[in-house]
Amino acid sequence: MVDFGGWDMPVEYPSSGGLMKEHLAVRTGVGMFDVSHMGDILIRGPQALDATQWISMNDASRLQEGQAHYSALLYPEGTFVDDVIVHKLGQNDYLLVINAGTREKDYGWVKKNVARFHCHADDVGDYYTQIAIQGPKAEATLQKLTNASLPAIKNYWFTHATVCGLPNTLIARTGYTAEDGFEIYVPSDVATSERVWNEVAEAGKEFGIVPCGLGARNTLRLEGRMALYGHEISDSINVWEAGLDRFCKMEKPDFIGRAALARAKAAGLKRTLVGLEAVDRGIPRDGYRVFDQAGSEIGYVTSGSYAPFLKKNIALAYLPPQHSELGHEVFVEIRGQKVKCKVVPTPFYKRPKRS
Amino acid sequence: MAYPKDYKYTKEHEWIQVNGKNATVGITDHAQESLGDIVFVELPKVGAQLQAGKSFGTVESVKAVSDLFAPASGKVTAVNDSLNNSPENVNKDAHGAWMIKLELSNPAEVNGLLSADDYEKYVAEEK
Repeated sequence: MVDFGGWDMPVEYPSSGGLMKEHLAVRTGVGMFDVSHMGDILIRGPQALDATQWISMNDASRLQEGQAHYSALLYPEGTFVDDVIVHKLGQNDYLLVINAGTREKDYGWVKKNVARFHCHADDVGDYYTQIAIQGPKAEATLQKLTNASLPAIKNYWFTHATVCGLPNTLIARTGYTAEDGFEIYVPSDVATSERVWNEVAEAGKEFGIVPCGLGARNTLRLEGRMALYGHEISDSINVWEAGLDRFCKMEKPDFIGRAALARAKAAGLKRTLVGLEAVDRGIPRDGYRVFDQAGSEIGYVTSGSYAPFLKKNIALAYLPPQHSELGHEVFVEIRGQKVKCKVVPTPFYKRPKRS
Repeated sequence: MAYPKDYKYTKEHEWIQVNGKNATVGITDHAQESLGDIVFVELPKVGAQLQAGKSFGTVESVKAVSDLFAPASGKVTAVNDSLNNSPENVNKDAHGAWMIKLELSNPAEVNGLLSADDYEKYVAEEK
């Protein structure tokens, strides 16, 4: 167990057979994650939309009820407070799902910045146990436990239905694994949480479901090039550098960070997030330094690991744009050795289209 | 997993099997279990001189990097290259998947290492 944003969490489940088996279960069958550490902030009131628009970079006005999208809370500098998933629960009702490690900071920041709008923000994280069911067999697993028609829920949409006998449960087709899957939000009391967890495990048994820890969660999201706060995004990295342009809507009404982002765009990129694959033997890891052919230090690895499904050593790294073209060779310093890597397309892994 | 009685063990979780001046070295079952899925092993070249207690290579699982420490001083006479392509063999059979063979410069050094029983006790206390 490790401390993760104040939560005692398993890196892997020995009963599952470890990280690698957990990772592969999600890619080929189904895995389940206790992600109750994720925080939840509700923004409610007649001006909930205006408030959400002001504090987040994606265009929440495009959301329909029952729809969610990836977005981020930004500082005036255009750097990240956190990344979030915004759910439109109702006309005046938005749910922001945030990271554990940034919960207090996020809530304080949201509260302060929505104060001038006619709405209120509440930290409701403690009310929910959040369970992620992920993998090609996630739908078949969860369908056994709910009266909702899961095939009707599109990616990044959600519904409320009965799950494990619990009425009005939020079921979202979202996740952090680059795989199809769902996240359900159930009451956080121990008895209910345990019961639902066990029922999901039972329902997924025929598909070989395994509980998955933080380790697999990290390698799965890395293969899918999904950002992790403190790594690919932080208070010193801006939206353009992180390559999250398509989630940032400059043409929507003004939002915190917009002016700085406009200036940053005009000034041009100094560094950009690229995918690397090790050519020589070695695993590039978080924080390792990156060098060019001539031996000059040009950047650093934000996340790197052996990729269990791709069976390659991969990394995300911040490099100057002139070193970012595909096939370009750079060197990651691993224990004093310069290990040759090449720039490759991301995401490293893309799930096959649903048939 | 039983710890072979004819091996000696370090507190850094390596094992060494000594045969006169020659020895074989690997990591213990406890070590592979705590590391998890091993995906990378980096070993010295044949001919390298190792010093007892000093790092001679690394072993990496998906989640962690760990140094390998020489249980005794000596010259590397063989390296298990099959671990380059099949590092998972260390998980499958830690006490069989040897890493290096040594020609010991001072076989008496090994006397200071832990016996199988002592190592097992040491691991139990560490948990």
